[in-house]
Amino acid sequence: MMRLKQNIVITETGFVFDSDTGDSYSTNPVGLELLEKLKANVDMDEITAQITGRYDVEPLQFQRYFDDFVIMLRHFNLLEDTE
Amino acid sequence: MEKLKFERPVISKINAGVPDKFGMRTFINPVTQIDGIPVKDIIDQYGSPVYVISEKTLRSVYQEALHAFTTRYPKVQFAWSYKTNYLNAVCRIYHQEGSWAEVVSGFEYNKAIDNGVPGNKIIFNGPDKSAGDLKKAIENGSLIHIDHFDELYDCIQVAKDAGKKAKIAIRVNMDTGIYPQWDRFGCNYENGEAWDAINKIMPDESLELTGLHTHIGTYIMTPAAYAVATSKLAQLAVRIEKKYSHHIRYIDLGGGFASKNTLKGAYLPGTDTCPSFDDYAEAITGALNNSDIEYGHMPALFLETGRALIDDAGYLLGTVLANKRLANGRRSLIIDIGVNLLFTSFWYEHNIAPAQYHQNDYEDTTIYGPLCMNIDVIRAAIMFPSLNKGDHVVISRIGAYNMTQWLQFITYRPRVVLINMKGEVEVIREQETNETMNMLDVVPKHLKRS
Repeated sequence: MMRLKQNIVITETGFVFDSDTGDSYSTNPVGLELLEKLKANVDMDEITAQITGRYDVEPLQFQRYFDDFVIMLRHFNLLEDTE
Repeated sequence: MEKLKFERPVISKINAGVPDKFGMRTFINPVTQIDGIPVKDIIDQYGSPVYVISEKTLRSVYQEALHAFTTRYPKVQFAWSYKTNYLNAVCRIYHQEGSWAEVVSGFEYNKAIDNGVPGNKIIFNGPDKSAGDLKKAIENGSLIHIDHFDELYDCIQVAKDAGKKAKIAIRVNMDTGIYPQWDRFGCNYENGEAWDAINKIMPDESLELTGLHTHIGTYIMTPAAYAVATSKLAQLAVRIEKKYSHHIRYIDLGGGFASKNTLKGAYLPGTDTCPSFDDYAEAITGALNNSDIEYGHMPALFLETGRALIDDAGYLLGTVLANKRLANGRRSLIIDIGVNLLFTSFWYEHNIAPAQYHQNDYEDTTIYGPLCMNIDVIRAAIMFPSLNKGDHVVISRIGAYNMTQWLQFITYRPRVVLINMKGEVEVIREQETNETMNMLDVVPKHLKRS
């Protein structure tokens, strides 16, 4: 299972800071929500249920977007495995 | 409870102090309609990908070019460059506007005749004219532009055999100050070869020298080069007047005017750097009006403009097949338009836009075509918004060369539709089918199923 590295700082405006590398990132409101859930170790099924329950998006479409988002998080080295 | 509007999640690295080269944010306006017809409707009805030609743009650009020249010089004649786009409907629109035909092969010559162009309004260029082609052109009174001496001798022979006088012009290559200098077509001006050719033509009773022609290159960004070319042709005309008391009927400046597309490697977009028709007209007609050609015998000015007349009228509509992240995290987009349909993508950074309103999340993106070939890249790097599978895209300014240099490769070539002056969509070339593709194949007997 994956989660956001614990040293990653997220502000409510969508500013993301990696204290290990000094790199900073910008994310949009949905991205911010996902980062917070990943940091809180919420599992994938639960994230999907929560997002599709609140937003007007089909689960399969959300899955596509989420997969792409996770690829970028991995590319920026912001994720860690918890198992 | 009503659900909230969803926005695709995005995250991007912040790179301080690196704005784009203009200090502007990137924004691509979606192209949702062409001449009032929704892009989605065109694709729903005619498939994807599909080429679209706007008759309105085609005619208005032609009129703009014509106006630029005719307001500066009294005798101007455009000849539509068939190789730029020889769809019959397109050629006929230009002919309706008063354009003659400029062809470079027997195939194009026959096309012009089939399109109803009188033989004496066809300019026959190109290095490959067979004896049969020459015979037909001579009999029809077409204007034959001689490319090399072997062709000149062929022409003399064919004209003598036919018992008719061939109307010819000599094609001249020259140094106009641009690089690279095109010297593979015609006879050279500076080393005297062109003058030698004229001295062979003038005494020959089977030939009539009607004009002087040059084609200095393609995508010429410097109108001054045309002024140099015009002056040099005018000097030849004056020399012919002096030596032979013969007045040539026209000077033909060929094609080569740039379109507003952006060349690969160009720093500024073509829309900012492309000279206007007025710029070219001023250079050419200025040189002609200031030449020493006898006033009462000023030649007509022929122009074989192709690219600059038609590029803006052409669109290629397509559909997103997939989104993909490359190994380095870069976004890539696969669309159903490949380089086989967009030959000009090898030298242009084409304008490509979504056909629907999109989320404002631009990322450096590579846009690939659908071919199973590594070279199938439509845009290697473009700041582009995220699109979904099934979304549509519009590539604009593709009217020149793509519908003649297209390759039948891996799949069928698609339909071409015309949006006519009434705003109606009409098919002007059908999509290829399996039957089309098999029509010319011949299977030897021993390979046929018994």
